[in-house]
Amino acid sequence: MARKLLLEHINVPGINTFDVYRQNGGYRSVEKALKTMSPDAIVEEVKTSGLRGRGGAGFPTGMKWSFLAKPEGKERYLVCNADESEPGTFKDRYLMTYIPHLLIEGMIVSSFALGAKTSYIYVRGEMMPQIRILERAIAEAKNAGFLGKNILGSGYDLELYVQPGGGAYICGEETALIESLEGKRGNPRIKPPFPAISGVWACPTVVNNVETIAAVVPIINDGGEEYAKIGIGRSTGTKLISASGNLNKPGVYEIDLGVPVEEFLYSDEYCGGIANGKRLKAVVAGGSSVPILPANLILKTVNNEARLMSYESLSDGGFQSGSMLGSGGLIAFDEDQCIVRNTWNFARFYHHESCGQCSPCREGTGWMEKVLHRLEYGHGKMSDIDLLVDVAKKIEGNTICPLGDAAAWPVASAIRHFRDEFEWHVTNPKEAME
Amino acid sequence: MLSVTEHKDINFSSDLVKQFDDIVTRYPEGKQKAGLLPILHLVQAEYGWVSPEAMDKVAAYLNIQPIEVYEVATFYTMFFLRPQGKFVLEVCRTGPCCLVGAEKIMTHIEKSLGVKEGEVTSDGKFSWRGVECLAACGMAPVLQIGPEYTFYEKLTEQSVDQLIEDLKNKI
Ligand SMILES: NC(=O)C1=CN([C@@H]2O[C@H](COP(=O)(O)OP(=O)(O)OC[C@H]3O[C@@H](n4cnc5c(N)ncnc54)[C@H](O)[C@@H]3O)[C@@H](O)[C@H]2O)C=CC1
Ligand SMILES: Cc1cc2nc3c(=O)[nH]c(=O)nc-3n(C[C@H](O)[C@H](O)[C@H](O)COP(=O)(O)O)c2cc1C
Ligand code: SF4
Ligand code: FES
Repeated sequence: MARKLLLEHINVPGINTFDVYRQNGGYRSVEKALKTMSPDAIVEEVKTSGLRGRGGAGFPTGMKWSFLAKPEGKERYLVCNADESEPGTFKDRYLMTYIPHLLIEGMIVSSFALGAKTSYIYVRGEMMPQIRILERAIAEAKNAGFLGKNILGSGYDLELYVQPGGGAYICGEETALIESLEGKRGNPRIKPPFPAISGVWACPTVVNNVETIAAVVPIINDGGEEYAKIGIGRSTGTKLISASGNLNKPGVYEIDLGVPVEEFLYSDEYCGGIANGKRLKAVVAGGSSVPILPANLILKTVNNEARLMSYESLSDGGFQSGSMLGSGGLIAFDEDQCIVRNTWNFARFYHHESCGQCSPCREGTGWMEKVLHRLEYGHGKMSDIDLLVDVAKKIEGNTICPLGDAAAWPVASAIRHFRDEFEWHVTNPKEAME
Repeated sequence: MLSVTEHKDINFSSDLVKQFDDIVTRYPEGKQKAGLLPILHLVQAEYGWVSPEAMDKVAAYLNIQPIEVYEVATFYTMFFLRPQGKFVLEVCRTGPCCLVGAEKIMTHIEKSLGVKEGEVTSDGKFSWRGVECLAACGMAPVLQIGPEYTFYEKLTEQSVDQLIEDLKNKI
C-alpha cells in the first residue's frame, strides 16, 4: 500500500471540520512554519522537496517561488488555482470537498513563505458547494486564530478569500485567471512577464494549483528531503490521479509517482481493470490536452520498458510514441469506443472554450470541429484527414496561450495512432453514420 | 444575444446590497471591479437570470461602465441572459462522460421534458442544456442544478426520471 500524504485522513468521519482535522494533526505545519522557520527557509524546503506544479505544467514550485519579485511598497499575492476544468481531471474538487482544511493550511504556510498578506482561492463557479465548504473552513480557521491578524502571536497577518469564476475553461490558464479575478473577461495575457513579476493588479503573484498547495503541508511537516525520497528521479512525491472512462473503479487515487501504468490500471488497489470484461483500446494519461496513446504504447515504451506514472516516463518517446503526465487525468477507452467520435467531442470542447483572441486558435479549433463532425457522420473525404493534421500543425506554437496546442495535440495524436479508424469512416460512410 | 424581454424595473433589496458591500471589502482600495463575478452570481441566484437592467444597476453600484458588465456577463457560460426554467438541468456532454452514456441521458431528458436544449417547458418549470466537463468525470454521467449547483452523479434513465419527478413535487 502506497504512503498517503494528502488523502491519509480522508475517510475519518468529520475530517471536513476544524476540530477533527486538528485532532488528526492538522495545522501543525502552520505552527512549525510561523514559529520556527523564516519565509526563505520554507522556500528552500520546497525546493529540496523537488515538488513540481500539479496543475499540469510540472514547473518546479520552489523555483517559481524564488522568482517572485519583491519590490518595495508593492503587495504580493498568492492565488490558488481551483478552476479545475480539464476534461478528465477531478482531483481538486475531491480534495476541496472532503478535506478542505488541508488546502487552507497549505495556503497559510505558502502565503507566509511568499510574504502575501491577502490571498485568494479562485474556484470555478460551478463548484458552488465547494465554495461554501471552503468559506466555512476559512471561518473556522479564523475563529481558531490561524487566519486574520497576528496569527498564533507571530505578528503575521493574513486574509484569505474565495473568489468564484463564471464558467470558462480558459480561466484555468493562470493569466486568464488573473484577468478574471480582476473582474474581466478571461483573456490570457502574453507571457513574459510571468505573474511572478506582474500578476494581479500588476503586483508580483504566485499562482499554484490546489494539489501543489496541499503538498506543501507534508513537505513542511516532514521536511523536503523526506518528500523527495518518494517517487522516481525528478518526479518526486505523491500525485493525485483522476481516473475516468471505462474502468471498474474510476475515482481519485493518490499514488507514489513511478507506479507502473499497468499496475495502476489493472490492480485492485487502483482502477481494478477495464469495465465489463472488455479490452483496453487507448488511454489519455494527463487530461484531454495531452496526446492519446493506444494500449500497447501506454503500457510499454517503444524500447519495451514498462511505462510508469511519472513526468519523464509518460513523455518518453516524445509525441511520436509518448504523451504527458499533465494534470493526472487518466481517461481509459475500451475496445468499443470510437476514437473519431471522441476526437470530435474534444475538438468541439476546445472550439467552445477558445477565448477568441488569436486567429489560429479561434478559427482553427472551429475548422477542426467541423471537419471531424463530417468525418464522424460519414460525409468526410480522405483528404480531410491530412487537412486536420495540417490545421493542427498551423495552430501549434502560434498562439498566445497553450489552449491552441491543447486543441491541436489530441487531434494530431489520434490521427497518428488511429489513422485506419479515420479512413474507415470515409470508406464506410453508412456504418459511420449509425 | 442580449435578451429583448423587458425585465421589470428592479431594485436590489437592502439584504442583497449588504452582500455586495461585503464582497467588495475583499479587494484593495480602488479594485472593487473584482467583485463583478461574485455579484453577478448573487443577482442570478436572486432573479434567475441577469437582465440588462440588472447589469446596469450592477455597473452603477461598482462605479464602472455598463459595457464592462455586459462583456463579462456574455463571456462566461454560467450567466443566463434570458429567463430560464425554474430548474435548469445542466448535463455534462464532454468526452469522459460520453464514454459512459452521457449522450443517452441527454436524449432521455429531451424526451422526458419535451423541450429542446435551451428551451423552457410551457409551465416554466424546466429547461436543460449540455455543459462542458464538470470535474466529476469519475462519477459520470453527471448533471448539476443551480443556483446552488447541486450535483447528481452516476445518472441512469431511471434516476433522471426520479429526479424530474422530485423536482415537480418540490414546486
Ligand atoms: N488542471 C487543469 O485543469 C488544466 C491543466 N492544464 C495544464 O496546463 C499546462 C500549461 O500551463 P502554463 O501555465 O501555460 O505552463 P507554463 O509552463 O507557462 O508555466 C507553468 C508555471 O510556471 C511558471 N513559470 C514558468 N517559467 C517561469 C519563469 N521563467 N519565471 C517565473 N515563473 C515561471 C508559470 O508562471 C506557471 O505558473 C499544460 O501542460 C496542461 O497540462 C491545461 C488545462 C487544464
Ligand atoms: C487552457 C489552460 C487551462 C488551465 N487550467 C488549469 C486549471 O484548471 N488548474 C490549474 O491548476 N492549472 C491550470 N492550467 C495551468 C496554469 O496556467 C498554471 O500553470 C498552474 O496553475 C500553475 O500552478 P502549479 O505550478 O501549481 O501547477 C491551465 C493552463 C492552460 C493553458
Ligand atoms: S490560444 Fe486560444 S484560448 Fe489561448 S489566448 Fe489564443 S485564442 Fe485565447
Ligand atoms: S467529462 Fe463530464 S464531468 Fe468531466
